[in-house]
Amino acid sequence: MTRYDSLIEALGNTPLVGLPNLSPVWLENMQDPHIRLWAKLEDRNPTGSIKDRPALRMIEDAEQRGLLQPGATILEPTSGNTGISLAMAAALKGYQMICVMPENTSIERRQLLELYGARIIFSPAEGGSNTAVAHAKELAAQNPSWVMLYQYGNEANSLAHYEGTGPEILADMPYITHFVAGLGTTGTLMGTGRYLREQRPDIQIVAAEPRYGEGVYALRNIDEGFIPELYDPDVLTTRYSVGAYDAVKRTRELVQAEGIFAGISTGAVLHAALAMGQKSLNEGKQADIVFIVADAGWKYLSTGAYAGSLDDAEDALEGQLWA
Amino acid sequence: MSVEVSIPTILRTHTGGEKRVSASGATLQAVISDLEANYSGILDRLVDPANPGKLHRFVNIYVNDEDVRFSGGLDTAISEGDSVTILPAVAGG
Repeated sequence: MTRYDSLIEALGNTPLVGLPNLSPVWLENMQDPHIRLWAKLEDRNPTGSIKDRPALRMIEDAEQRGLLQPGATILEPTSGNTGISLAMAAALKGYQMICVMPENTSIERRQLLELYGARIIFSPAEGGSNTAVAHAKELAAQNPSWVMLYQYGNEANSLAHYEGTGPEILADMPYITHFVAGLGTTGTLMGTGRYLREQRPDIQIVAAEPRYGEGVYALRNIDEGFIPELYDPDVLTTRYSVGAYDAVKRTRELVQAEGIFAGISTGAVLHAALAMGQKSLNEGKQADIVFIVADAGWKYLSTGAYAGSLDDAEDALEGQLWA
Repeated sequence: MSVEVSIPTILRTHTGGEKRVSASGATLQAVISDLEANYSGILDRLVDPANPGKLHRFVNIYVNDEDVRFSGGLDTAISEGDSVTILPAVAGG
């Protein structure tokens, strides 16, 4: 069934596609030893990112609990994708949308948010999303009528993945051995990871965390550090930090070898997935590694990541929030 | 074992502004002790004084890009030429 009454309902059921050229050992016959990579194309969601899942789920949850009344104002700290998802849903459902977003995010994200009718309040580049979260909390306290869905601590975020992303992956790839995704709010990894581990206790759940340029980590003191309330390290097997150079390199390999035009954070995720593949190869084990393509590359073309040398791209991304 | 340690802006007051410093040790604990010997005060910024043996909640340390909380914590083995990166915890989303 591919007919829907509105865009909001065209959520999820995204394709899982193999990477025959980038997989360490691609063999289609299950009896043969293989180490295969599989990409879940979450850019095929209503606004083009995986964040449509938690955004719509958080809105539905708030509606059911009576927190969101017609004409209400939604406030959310976001580096972009969650804001875009919420802004689309708000436009369709008649809510006002205010995003608190770090100023060092791509111009495309700002333009999309404004196109959907959202108001943007910029937070300083220093401290990245940490600063946006802190500023949004202050605004929420000053404006009690605004509804902050708060993706970092809202269980509906991880539940969207526990009930959606996870079951979809397992249905498409019952032999899954590894799940790799980006770590931001941690909702994708917590929800999908919990579901997959319940179904496949031996599965490895791997986080790929973007490592930005220095400015993003320029906190005034260590207590300005931030760990999302949703985060439970017990769900993870391990966690990798991936810098801009490796992320851009893998993002380009993905489009050149497999035709998948992904956002830069996906390059970081693929980098970790390939490391897992190499480990399986060294240990002589079979592997089916599923990783998340959180969004496509369109929103990042202006960042300089997709043209010129890798060193130039790394320099261009310094100071930008690219995931 | 000699390794290069990447220091975040917030801790460079201890390293005279240096972004990268050398340290040695067979475990992360030993590397941090070596850092403390040369850059006094850095230990308490990394390891929770109230909870010795555990990193400060908002401090992440990566050895060859892997978060040490998943590879043995302060007991993580260090090999010659490894890279050690210290970063404050930041969010995405």
